[in-house]
Amino acid sequence: MAPADLDPRHDYPLASHRPELIRTPTGKRLDEITMQAVLGGEVTAEDLRIAAETLRLQARIADSVGRPQLGQNFRRAAELTTLPDAEVLRIYNALRPRASTKRELTAIAEELERDHSATLCARLVREAAEVYERRGVLAG
Amino acid sequence: MKATNVTSDPGPGAARRSKRTRILEDRPVNLDGFVEEWPEVGMVAMDSPFDPSPSVRVENGTIVEMDGRHRRDFDFLDQFIADHAIDAGAAEQAMALDVVEIAHMLVDPRVSRADVLAVSRGLTPAKLLEVVKTMNVVEMMMALQKMRARRTPANQAHSTSARDNPVQVAADAAEAALRGFRELETTLGVVRYAPLVAIALQVGAQTGRPGVLTQCALEEATELELGMRGITAYAETISVYGTEQVFCDGDDTPWSKAFLASAYASRGIKMRFTSGTGSEVQMGNAEGRSMLYLEVRCILVAKGAGVQGLQNGSISCIGVPGAVPAGIRAVLAENLIASTVDLECASGNDQSFSHSDMRRTARLLPQLLPGTDFICSGYSGVPNYDNMFAGSNLDPEDFDDWNTIQRDLQVDGALRHVPEAEILAARNRAARALQGVFAHLGLAPITDKEIEAVTYAHGSRDLPLRDVLEDLKAAQSVMDRGVTGLDIVKGLEAGGFSDVAEALLGVLRQRVSGDLLHTSAILTPELTTLSAVNDPNDYAGPGTGHRPSGARWEEMKRLRHVVSARDPEQGGVPSPGTGRTLSLKEKGPARPGRRAGEVVIGVSPAFGDFFSKTIVDVPHAEVLRELLAGVEEQGVHARVIRVRGSSDLAVIAHTAARLSGSGIGVGVMSRGTTMIHQRDLLRLSNLELFPQAPLMDLETFRRIGRNAARYAKGESPEPVPSRNDHMARPRWQAKAALLHIKETEFVRPGAGPVELEVLIRMRHTG
Repeated sequence: MAPADLDPRHDYPLASHRPELIRTPTGKRLDEITMQAVLGGEVTAEDLRIAAETLRLQARIADSVGRPQLGQNFRRAAELTTLPDAEVLRIYNALRPRASTKRELTAIAEELERDHSATLCARLVREAAEVYERRGVLAG
Repeated sequence: MKATNVTSDPGPGAARRSKRTRILEDRPVNLDGFVEEWPEVGMVAMDSPFDPSPSVRVENGTIVEMDGRHRRDFDFLDQFIADHAIDAGAAEQAMALDVVEIAHMLVDPRVSRADVLAVSRGLTPAKLLEVVKTMNVVEMMMALQKMRARRTPANQAHSTSARDNPVQVAADAAEAALRGFRELETTLGVVRYAPLVAIALQVGAQTGRPGVLTQCALEEATELELGMRGITAYAETISVYGTEQVFCDGDDTPWSKAFLASAYASRGIKMRFTSGTGSEVQMGNAEGRSMLYLEVRCILVAKGAGVQGLQNGSISCIGVPGAVPAGIRAVLAENLIASTVDLECASGNDQSFSHSDMRRTARLLPQLLPGTDFICSGYSGVPNYDNMFAGSNLDPEDFDDWNTIQRDLQVDGALRHVPEAEILAARNRAARALQGVFAHLGLAPITDKEIEAVTYAHGSRDLPLRDVLEDLKAAQSVMDRGVTGLDIVKGLEAGGFSDVAEALLGVLRQRVSGDLLHTSAILTPELTTLSAVNDPNDYAGPGTGHRPSGARWEEMKRLRHVVSARDPEQGGVPSPGTGRTLSLKEKGPARPGRRAGEVVIGVSPAFGDFFSKTIVDVPHAEVLRELLAGVEEQGVHARVIRVRGSSDLAVIAHTAARLSGSGIGVGVMSRGTTMIHQRDLLRLSNLELFPQAPLMDLETFRRIGRNAARYAKGESPEPVPSRNDHMARPRWQAKAALLHIKETEFVRPGAGPVELEVLIRMRHTG
């Protein structure tokens, strides 16, 4: 569903210029997030999150203005949108120095790939495991 | 603790000390700490013989050698930088350029920002260091003016409380928002208070001005949780360090931080990293590198992680680079390098830096003058005693100085003067809005007495104490019940603060679109995103880039007190004890006097007419009364005339002297400048001149009248002692000019002097 053309000079900010491209992860449009809907309970905290598709659109904008690292971060983020908050925090803590064994990190990478199709995040975790091993910052 | 210079302290009974030396020793700057360089342990700003030489080698698209180190010997920062921050495809070409040539590109406005970025993406840490080492601070400022990512500069404030008082945080957040800050940061004394204070910050910010983004500095995981819940809007205190050991001491690695960057983005939350010169040597593990070399590594870790920006400029370690030679130049260099690798830069000026006001300002100007994305990454919006980041380089007592410097130099520091009534209204409303939210959420109540106190307070010492245990229970319940930003929205709406609720919902809605995730993004008060994508810095030399104009410049012109050009007397306060009114009636042309024992007092065209008081608000009725009394107490007669044809004091005084039977005249201007003249002297000469109108008090006017009378009697009185105030000029010179211009408007060219009938009466009171 990615649109063929996305020109940052005209389309950014997306909320103002291309709102039709944006949906919440729950499928709502931006103009459905109104005070009335909040008070009526039709909009909940779950609706106030970014969808993976939107992050990939923003990644394309970042790429096109010469910020490939930012774009790559948005693509990793897109993969994390479906992970529960607690899961995200758990992986972060596992990546801290001397917090995990190589096997534990590898397991996280496999989990990311298998359960969330999070290949970029998995690659980051695997890379960390390699470097941590070489530099002696694995657990135990 | 007073700094003493051991080598020059003569000790007791030694040689006599110079009074000037003692004055210098007592200057505030000598309370600051200064140390000698010690490069071996990294106690050196940016010029160390132990920093590596730049080099790069690329094989099959991979950097296999960087700054003299082979890939197999890379520490984890080297590897992260080589694999993620540096564009291997651009590296060899960029690294082949001479450092002076790259520095020229940075300084030269004719080289575009994009052209610089095409080179900087291929530079190693040691090369970036060598480039800035060729630059002096003025060149760095020129470069920063171009390399800042966002065209429009912005500013960030701290809003904290020594007692973690949420009511105070809400009121100060509202005031800071109103004054122009687009980001607000808080932190805690007692960490468990965080949820309440973060809620207060958010409510206060949106009450002050919609779209202000808020954050709460906490341990990484907790900070992320508050962000995920929508209680805060962005995050900043994601620290990175320049050596492997110190990075690990901070319980992170470049990979954990990169993952954290993605975690924030995955929830649509803006974030930046934090680093700064001096942290590694402070933490005792600088590996013998200069502070700036290690900071360049931090900057490139941020770049490689794909985070949009960085808070740097030494930050909480400012006392370390501040103590060594060229340390503040290094701090500017780190801001410049962050901008040069296309990161948003929140440029420090956020920690107590010096006891010296001059030094505080000198440390600020390199960021204020060129402009950065956030000039202060924490201007204390609360008195420094309430600043839980251990104080900032600027606090509320500096608001008027900041606004004046902006206006003096026509440099946009992103703040504005706000009249007191508006500030009081915003503070009061923010506290009431928070009262409503707390009530809605069933948190520890906020009393009307607290709201009244916080409206007018300066800091936490002016506020009633809260029940800390109740607050901490409430804070815990916010976490336990899973309260979110939407619950705050509902609480605001329930409390009748619909506009604030809308503003907060608008901020929360931003995380759905992700526009705020881009480099240097802020929200305007209209809730539109302004970032380096849609507001890119286009500085290209004179006449280009962001220059305050139009409505913004008009706003910057306003200060607490500005003399009205049309009505310079407006806003003055009559001096106490003046109950007299003056009436001056024209009786026809002034004629030469025949009495030898008379003094003629000549007043200026608008004296006692358009104007009613001097520049320092001494009523003209009193001025004339004292002059006349001084003359008459010597048994000499006085006449008063008005000179209508000139506003030149010498002309007025000389005209009076020529009409005087004794040949002695006194000239007095509306603003208070006075002269005693004599008929036989040249017009541009005089007997006595009192040029400093602000120093003219009633006693002086009395003595002038007395001396004039004594000259008329043929005596030679001792001149009235002239006074000198070296600060009269900064305070009064411009107003004096306005008063003189106004006086001159009343000049009727060619009109002769007229005789005046003087009537000084007690004002009817009651």
